[in-house]
Amino acid sequence: MHDIFIYDHTRTPRGKGRPDGSLHEIPAVQLMIQQLEAIRDRSELDTKLLDEVAIGIAQPVGEQGGVLPRAAVIGAAYDQSVAAIQVNRFCASGLDAVNLVAGQIASGMSKAGIGGGVESMSRVSFGSDPGAWTSDPRVAFHGYFAPQGIGADIIATIDGFSRADVDAYAAESQRRAARAWDEGRFANSVVPVRDLLDAVILDRDEAMRPGTSIEDLAKLKPAFTDLGDAGYDKIAQERYRQIEKVEHIHTGGNSSGIVDGAATVLLGNTEFGERAGLVPRARIVSWASIGSEPTIMLTAPAAVARKALANAAMETSDIDLFELNEAFASMVLRFMAVMGVDHDRINVNGGAIAMGHPLGATGAMILGTAIDELERSGKSTAMALLCAANGLGSATIIERV
Amino acid sequence: MKHMQLTFGGDGAAVLTLDREDGSVNVICDAFMEAMGAALDQVAQRESCTGLVIRSAKPGFLAGADLTMLAAEFPTMTARRGYEISQRISGLLRRLEMLPIPSVAILEGAALGGGLELALACTRRIASEAAMVGLPEVNLGLLPAAGGTQRLPRMIGAKKALGLLLGGNMIDAARTAELGIVDEVVPGIEAEDAARRWLTSSPESQKPWDRKGFRPPESRGLMLPEVALSYSLATAGVAGKAGFRQPAPVAILSCVYEGMQLPFDRALQLESKHFGRLVSGKVAQNIIGTTFLARQAALKGARRPQGHELRRISKLGVIGAGMMGAGIAQVAAKAGIAVVLIDRTAEIAEKGKAYTAHSMAKLVERGRMTRDDADALLHRIIPTDDFSRLAGCELVVEAVFENAEVKAETIRKVEAATGHETILASNTSTLPIGGLASHSARPDQFIGLHFFSPAERMELVEVIRGAQTSDATLAASLDFLSQIKKTPIVVNDGRGFYTSRVVQFYINEGAAMVGEGIEPARIENAARSIGFPVGPLTLLDEVSIDLPVAIFDQARSEEAGLSEPAGLTTLRRMQELNRHGRKSGGGFYDYPEDGAKRLWRGLGNTFVVAPEQPDDREIERRLIYAQSLEALRCREGGILDTDADGDLGSVFGWGFPAWTGGALSFIETEGADAFVANAKELARRHGSRFEPTPGLYERAKAAV
Repeated sequence: MHDIFIYDHTRTPRGKGRPDGSLHEIPAVQLMIQQLEAIRDRSELDTKLLDEVAIGIAQPVGEQGGVLPRAAVIGAAYDQSVAAIQVNRFCASGLDAVNLVAGQIASGMSKAGIGGGVESMSRVSFGSDPGAWTSDPRVAFHGYFAPQGIGADIIATIDGFSRADVDAYAAESQRRAARAWDEGRFANSVVPVRDLLDAVILDRDEAMRPGTSIEDLAKLKPAFTDLGDAGYDKIAQERYRQIEKVEHIHTGGNSSGIVDGAATVLLGNTEFGERAGLVPRARIVSWASIGSEPTIMLTAPAAVARKALANAAMETSDIDLFELNEAFASMVLRFMAVMGVDHDRINVNGGAIAMGHPLGATGAMILGTAIDELERSGKSTAMALLCAANGLGSATIIERV
Repeated sequence: MKHMQLTFGGDGAAVLTLDREDGSVNVICDAFMEAMGAALDQVAQRESCTGLVIRSAKPGFLAGADLTMLAAEFPTMTARRGYEISQRISGLLRRLEMLPIPSVAILEGAALGGGLELALACTRRIASEAAMVGLPEVNLGLLPAAGGTQRLPRMIGAKKALGLLLGGNMIDAARTAELGIVDEVVPGIEAEDAARRWLTSSPESQKPWDRKGFRPPESRGLMLPEVALSYSLATAGVAGKAGFRQPAPVAILSCVYEGMQLPFDRALQLESKHFGRLVSGKVAQNIIGTTFLARQAALKGARRPQGHELRRISKLGVIGAGMMGAGIAQVAAKAGIAVVLIDRTAEIAEKGKAYTAHSMAKLVERGRMTRDDADALLHRIIPTDDFSRLAGCELVVEAVFENAEVKAETIRKVEAATGHETILASNTSTLPIGGLASHSARPDQFIGLHFFSPAERMELVEVIRGAQTSDATLAASLDFLSQIKKTPIVVNDGRGFYTSRVVQFYINEGAAMVGEGIEPARIENAARSIGFPVGPLTLLDEVSIDLPVAIFDQARSEEAGLSEPAGLTTLRRMQELNRHGRKSGGGFYDYPEDGAKRLWRGLGNTFVVAPEQPDDREIERRLIYAQSLEALRCREGGILDTDADGDLGSVFGWGFPAWTGGALSFIETEGADAFVANAKELARRHGSRFEPTPGLYERAKAAV
């Protein structure tokens, strides 16, 4: 296996995924073009050296469809020889795009490429890319499909996490994200988004609510009670018989926020770094993907973490830093409990509950956050991982060089 | 032309009148389809014919397919054959729809299943005010297989159509018009004129879905997120309501989802394929076999001894005006029988009548009954404390407190007040009929009529034939049940008879598992997953934990050495903890005044939850096998004379899931050899109550 180095990372600030969100007027392809331009320009990169641009998009339909990555490559005026591919593993797409390029490099079939992700949830709204798994009656019925929020509540019910537990986790995510911004911990990666007048339209994650207290969060209404009553609670009990009643404790406040954003990760082998005159920031050690129980669909992280660790012949204790996408508070709490990971080793700069989860982009974003944090803290190893819909999950282990 | 007549009028309109030769209800059988085909040929060949009216000579329009004919093929039914059956009738209706002339269905009375589907294939539907329509196939584990799942959503939209397709309920003419299923509602007498009038207006006969550009949103499938979301939610609704043991509801939903994306003829084929899968499956065959065929047979007197004159009860005595007695009085009065309702005091008897007055008032309020009918019904119930008023009663049912001495005294008092023609029935649910009959001067005219509570709603009556009960008494009792439209099963005498005896094994197994440290929610969820209306612990709380304990103690006092049933220790422990059930403040559950019941938090301290919980399938098996094996012991031990009694009694008596066919049919549903293997394993792990019976071993051997 050839060495796979990460040479750089950029991301957009995350805009609220709503009509009043700053990025709502910027189509996904433009977010991606600006990111591709940024990572090229700050390294003065000759894009002829790139073999692949793989971009994760969780809802690749409408203006996010049609292999958006190729349109972005052309829009960013990369060399036309650069191939492009759209990657979809739901919420893990951005990390899987990185892993895809890593695999090409490891095998020697590519020398360099960009992995990344993009999602404009304000423009291509959640639910725009339904499929058989949620909506074809035969498939959804026999697959015991339930929406993710129900899965988050199932975890809380089975594990006994209370509303106070998940709200406390959410408040801490907000606190950490605010501190990270205040201390400039994202400064190296965040590239402001510009509008048609070339003015900065957003330079900061705008969905954050710094100062949110547990008391504030306690006032929010549970988000999935109605869906539970629509029949999904019964499906949950069919699968998880120990549940007398699904406790609906997840709200907009302790679940990931709906946002717009994009990110890139520049990958290459040793030869690429030499030719481009770049110094590697980190090395990809291993990666893995896995499937887990699809009704809850949020329990893959522990399983995929173990798989990625096994691929690297490492132990949990060998990882200095975990970046786990905060889809819902309960799934992070379960991961910590199952893996024996203390809160001070995971999501130290907050997560998607505070800053938002731009579906396809998040994987590349949290990998970049891990690199920045390893450099800031002087630590060595990190794992970025995500759960994804229908029980999927992906993880990547990196090491600072 | 069998079952229908075709006439051609001077105005160019042909009238096809459905008129079954050998019955009062039109149904779609082979001969019907042949005749219909011939009629369509004639209409098509007659150039002067400008329109077709289809109506019925019976009070109802058409009640759907002949299920007996369908069921005759069950033993050899394949999915392919089911597909062909559906395609035949579907093709016939498609021919009707594709006639170059317009057609009108006149719906009077009930148009059900295939009857409604025939009407949907017509160009127009005119309903009389008394019309009732519905697609009850889902209740039988089937789907409307003559275009119903395709025409209805194309006519009124998928969402409304699914309400009717999945609901399986009947709706009246007004609602039918509101939904857009019929085009006109007129008084019955004007319907044919209205039809002819419409035909003279030279209407377009082509259906919207046969025209170019017909493109409802559902035809685009999941390309529209809102359509996808509605299917997703509809699927959850089906899973939540019908559970996972019944293939029909999700097949219906799939017919709509998949079919709406297809051209119409291919959609009809798809519907037929789904039908073929259902009709060749055990679930539909079980549901039809028990809830339709066996039930119909029971209602028609399958168990009535031959050679006895039909008797009608004109005057009934009911002793005991509690909820049960009052309920029995109500159903009898509803059937036009005069009822003498007796209790210790006139006031208590009055209270029993008030029970009926209250329910009648509700019906009147909702417009389901006229004031006059309600008054007449109430007028037939005479509440009193005077036994001499029983004079002239052909039948007296006692529903007094479940205690042998109280009942013995009642028997003596009734017999003193009635003539030797009078039959005396006990509504006991557990006391052996032979024992009670020993207090009777006329034991041959003594019988058990075990109604279920609430008697006015539960359709089953368990008829217990004592050793001395005569055939004439049994025949007359069954005639009475037929009069009040109850479904009878006939069982022989023994402790707990059939239903009370077998349902014990349900609640005992639930209690036993709690005692073993199985999480109570797992037990309750397993029961509901199988399809029981309530879990065993809920049922225990309802009947009170004291009841099964008292029944056992009573039995033990009569039969020393009787071994303790599973779960008894759990029940006694609950009693010690003063957790007797819902009425006494809580049992396995707590019943907070301001919310839904929740499992009692203290359970975990009393019955420590085992760290290793059994597989879900094992819990399910224990609940259901315990009952099926006891039912089988009833069958082999002579309590039950027929399998049908065992199946009907379980489904209609205590809610044994209909998809299994009933407590006995479940064994064949599993397969006799698989059942034996599973039962043996359960016996090894949990005790001899799971030991297969000798007869079962024989069957399993024969099956291999």
